[in-house]
Amino acid sequence: MSQDTLFDKVWDLHKVSSLPGGSDQIFIGLHLIHEVTSPQAFGALKDKKLKVKFPDRTVATVDHIVPTDNQSRPFKDNLAEQMIKTLEKNCLEHKIRFFNIGSGNQGIVHVVAPELGLTQPGMTIACGDSHTSTHGAFGSIAFGIGTSQVRDVLATQTLAMNKLKVRQIWCDNKLSKGVYAKDLVLHIINKLGVKAGVGFAYEFAGPAIHELSMEERMTICNMSIEGGARCGYINPDEKTFSYIKNKLYAPKNEHWDRALRWWESLKSDENSIYDDVIKIDASKVEPTVTWGITPGQSISINQQIPLLDDLSPNDKLVAVEAYEYMSFKPGQLIKDTPVDVCFIGSCTNGRISDLRVAAKVLKGKKVSKNVKAFAVPGSEKVATEAQQEGLDQIFKDSGFQWREPGCSMCLAMNSDKLIGNQVSASSSNRNFKGRQGSPSGRTLLMSPAMVAAAAINGKVSDVREFIN
Amino acid sequence: MKSEFTPPIGKITQIDGQCISLIGNDIDTDRIIPARFLKCVNFDSLGEYVFEDDRKTLKGRHPFDLEENKNSSILIVNSNFGCGSSREHAPQALIRWGIKAIIGESFADIFYSNCIAIGIPCFTLPKKSIEEIQNYCDNQFLFLEIDLENSLAKSKDLNLNLKIKETTRKMFLSGEWDATSTLMENEKLIENKFNQLPYIKFNTHYS
Repeated sequence: MSQDTLFDKVWDLHKVSSLPGGSDQIFIGLHLIHEVTSPQAFGALKDKKLKVKFPDRTVATVDHIVPTDNQSRPFKDNLAEQMIKTLEKNCLEHKIRFFNIGSGNQGIVHVVAPELGLTQPGMTIACGDSHTSTHGAFGSIAFGIGTSQVRDVLATQTLAMNKLKVRQIWCDNKLSKGVYAKDLVLHIINKLGVKAGVGFAYEFAGPAIHELSMEERMTICNMSIEGGARCGYINPDEKTFSYIKNKLYAPKNEHWDRALRWWESLKSDENSIYDDVIKIDASKVEPTVTWGITPGQSISINQQIPLLDDLSPNDKLVAVEAYEYMSFKPGQLIKDTPVDVCFIGSCTNGRISDLRVAAKVLKGKKVSKNVKAFAVPGSEKVATEAQQEGLDQIFKDSGFQWREPGCSMCLAMNSDKLIGNQVSASSSNRNFKGRQGSPSGRTLLMSPAMVAAAAINGKVSDVREFIN
Repeated sequence: MKSEFTPPIGKITQIDGQCISLIGNDIDTDRIIPARFLKCVNFDSLGEYVFEDDRKTLKGRHPFDLEENKNSSILIVNSNFGCGSSREHAPQALIRWGIKAIIGESFADIFYSNCIAIGIPCFTLPKKSIEEIQNYCDNQFLFLEIDLENSLAKSKDLNLNLKIKETTRKMFLSGEWDATSTLMENEKLIENKFNQLPYIKFNTHYS
């Protein structure tokens, strides 16, 4: 059992009680909600005649269903309009802070909370969304929950949970040029497998992690869940504190000094005990692309799609399903695979640094005639910043469409969808069957820089050939 | 799909039912219920859309479309079932279709806790046992009686020692799986905790 890790410390700090059945009652410091997984929770509160216990500790935004082409109200999609209206009504009724479209602070929930300074070290953070693990980049313990648990947090600000085990993923050396946080996390998931994290929190550590910017750290923690770990985190450091400083909801003046003193004390002890430790050599990671139907099915850009015989018995069943669904042959190279749609955005890679990296690749180049490419900033703040830097113009000049903020084609709950068996190069997080809106659509996950390279060439390409 | 849905309430000690086998590892919640069906403000209509895209692809040959499975209530699955999105819509679609318990090699964490929260016990068995059960189901009806008190499942031919986390088992036996009221009992402790947390003190401007 782990001891003295950041996870242990934050868990113990937030433990309210041991429940009769043996699980722990954990206080949730920050609760984030959005339109998709909250309406039934508010409905349940109403049925049980309950109130929101600490309305100040819940923050709402709208992201999953928002259109990215025309956000004027009412939305063209009646169901989407009904969902945003329901959220507006629930927030008003329960006095919950809501960052609506046009507020300047709307966006993907996991982009918005960090950029507003709501996400802070040492907090427990829960949200009805599996990518809540993103917030672990700040040294918070953050995890996705379902709608019944959203109800419980609204009603009590606590959850009944079993403590997770802790696995440290130590990343040595540093990433090479043209290799990004996305490549590293895809590599880790491939090495460990998509279910290795079940029952674990992942602590990402080591020189390669230390080297990453806060936004890159968010990309890593974001995809913990794709490796099965509900929660992923990084011990906070100077980069964490300077990212938070002066953000809208960051502590100010004497509160800042007090916060800093506490945050600086928050990390896994040098002698802390982990349930498991894994070592990764970050310098060996190359630009990485998924070829299959789980985020674990990835290869380096110059590798071949694995042969069935090269896979472990456990991986064979899904591999066979993946070859068929993706129409790939074992042994085929992933490089030069033609793509139809290129998508840059999502809670994994829709932040300003992602747009900067992609724009650098795109500058002065044109998107292939055969490709539909679009960039969706992760939030209104990201969009504004990108426009101030002229990134939107670089995207548009290259042939990318420049859209309004939202989750968009990561999960295709709005009108941004693949059609038929189109292949997308996507900076998002899931390549599941049908994930991007077409039951036969095919998704290749990669870094935003790699998506930009694929857009220019109209096929999967090595971004390192663009940046020398 | 069953026409009327009554959600489980209180203690869950015994689940009897016919098994339905669904083969595949890493079956994610997007497959259980595709995202377009999440555009709803209640869960009522989800049962009929469970595995919608997989079912369409298999044109009537999907286990959830087979006539012989229409009264099944115990789902047999392989490894990492329910991975991906945290959407409770996935277990809500399953329970509304008629699933009352799931036995599998392993489950994704969030899916597992969503199942607890709505009253679907999930049990594990080793890969070999699951494959044996799935083979059995291929050839004949399997009707299991699951006893949560002793974590046992019995049929006329089989006796299975099911594995379930002790805390989860106790929650079903006591009714505590429906957590809200249990959590609310500690109101004073919750308020104390709130007042003790260091960051509440330096984030007073939150409110």
